[in-house]
Amino acid sequence: MIATLTVAERQSAIALSMLVAFFGLIMMIAGSGDVLGVHGVIVLLFGLGFLGLVMSKYFEPEPPQERLTRYYDDPTKVGIVLSLGWAVVGMFFGVWVAALLAWPDLTLDAGWASFGRIRPVHTSGVIFGFGGNALIATSFHVLQRTTRARLPDQVTPWFVLIGYNLFCVIAASGYLMGVTQSKEYAEPEWYADLWLVVVWVTYFLLYLRTLQRRKEPHIYVANWYYMAFILVVAVLHIVNNLAVPISFGSAKSYSLFSGVQDAMTQWWYGHNAVAFFLTAGFLGMLYYYLPKRAGRPIFSYRLSIISFWGITFMYMWAGSHHLHYTALPQWVQTLGMTFSVVLLVPSWASAGNALATLNGAWDKVRDDATLRFMMVAAVFYGLSTFEGSFMAIRAVNSLSHYTDWTVGHVHAGALGWVAMITFGSLYALVPWMWKVERIYSPKLVEVHFWLALSGTIIYVFAMWNSGIIQGLMWRTYNDSGTLAFSFIESVVAMRPYYIARTVGGSLFLLGAIVAAYNVWMTIRMARLRGVTETGGTDEPVLPGAGAALQPGE
Amino acid sequence: MDVDHNSLVGFAKSWGLFYLMLLAIGVVIYALWPSNRKRFDRAKKSIFDKDDRPGD
Repeated sequence: MIATLTVAERQSAIALSMLVAFFGLIMMIAGSGDVLGVHGVIVLLFGLGFLGLVMSKYFEPEPPQERLTRYYDDPTKVGIVLSLGWAVVGMFFGVWVAALLAWPDLTLDAGWASFGRIRPVHTSGVIFGFGGNALIATSFHVLQRTTRARLPDQVTPWFVLIGYNLFCVIAASGYLMGVTQSKEYAEPEWYADLWLVVVWVTYFLLYLRTLQRRKEPHIYVANWYYMAFILVVAVLHIVNNLAVPISFGSAKSYSLFSGVQDAMTQWWYGHNAVAFFLTAGFLGMLYYYLPKRAGRPIFSYRLSIISFWGITFMYMWAGSHHLHYTALPQWVQTLGMTFSVVLLVPSWASAGNALATLNGAWDKVRDDATLRFMMVAAVFYGLSTFEGSFMAIRAVNSLSHYTDWTVGHVHAGALGWVAMITFGSLYALVPWMWKVERIYSPKLVEVHFWLALSGTIIYVFAMWNSGIIQGLMWRTYNDSGTLAFSFIESVVAMRPYYIARTVGGSLFLLGAIVAAYNVWMTIRMARLRGVTETGGTDEPVLPGAGAALQPGE
Repeated sequence: MDVDHNSLVGFAKSWGLFYLMLLAIGVVIYALWPSNRKRFDRAKKSIFDKDDRPGD
């Protein structure tokens, strides 16, 4: 991988690694005696590790000019592997958190394993680790293919991918040590947030630079979704994380906002994180990999444009439905509710567009589990956006809010839509990236599909049941006008559903492990084949340059 | 001019509506504009190009 960098690029990689290590050192010194110091050590080791890695290959020969006639896919390959790694870790923590609710003793009497610390490891692990890496990896692939332009250089994509994973590591390790801003999906503290701003702006600029070099006059709609994802997440992240650290030697900071303004900013962020991180980016995947795999162009390109603008402009206003019946002004709540209901139109336009694309290729859906992953994703996208619009209505929300129904809704979206479209896209992408005809075992893809689907259904049904029971128990009054049930009675009533949820989650985790194994074996298969068949690999053979000058694998 | 809560609310409730309506109309016109049809048809088929190399 490093041998494919030019010498100038290796030098900038060294400079960047040294800069990261230097910042780690400063954090270590300034934050000694604080968790910031521990993070300093992690950042320092991270920087030094990459420094050593690049130095070890520094004197390899320059890559041939011929590389410029190919797409640059190494970051995509690494991104896929990282994504699956995070999937297994994040989902393992998810199952653990689920089990904690049924068997509270599973905290092992350790502070780091308490519910409040491992839950964000689960949410960040799956959303940012699994989802984010998959988005970065596929965006590099889709961007190059649809613009027919190679990425402008070979360092920036690595900086984005590796820098992003450094953020994920800092986030997850911080939660275990008790570092948190207490903002949902925005838990990492100020120094991690600042680092992510640098990485994210670089990502956006990389996207624009590649688009500038495009050979296709029209920018394919998948890129619009990816760009909306990158741009809006940058805006959300910067605004919601405006905070003042208590000192430069401390991990702790205080938000610039307070009271209901803070709540509104947080849920403007939180709901748009769902909209632009968990929806727009994955719709980008859907609009490229689904037509590609089905071998049919998208049903209506015009509809995809209309739904794109609908989604981008309406989601912005929906966040306040998280704050029904709070100190937030009534009209702002109503605004959020109304936009949430109208959002059903562009959401169903996208889901319908995807399913109409498959119309005429149902035989492929039946035979090909990869395409079936994408089909089920589109169905769950339609279902969970309908459910979301419904739950945003104030009267429905009075029953559903603070109950497990919300958790069930999120997982219908996260497991049924986001994870399904990701696994489908990765199964399609992996053979293309490693230049093999098919994945190692299509049977295991089939096994994964049924594990994932049954896991999702068990999970969602368990949470629907428990959520509605919970909501009803909390609002049942007796003849004298007081609550009929104590809170603990509602907790006891939840127990069977919590156990069912743990089972559903375990099935889903098992599926992710099967996927990781399958992809790993595909990579091994490609490598073994590369050894036996010379010239059949990803690395082009240099004509007339002699074997000694060939770049290392 | 003194900008208070009520004037911001008034602005959001009136102009917010107009700008979203205008945006929606603009998007529909752009998507349905007859001369854009060729471009969109080409775009939706372009992802099936067999050649897996950057363009010249």
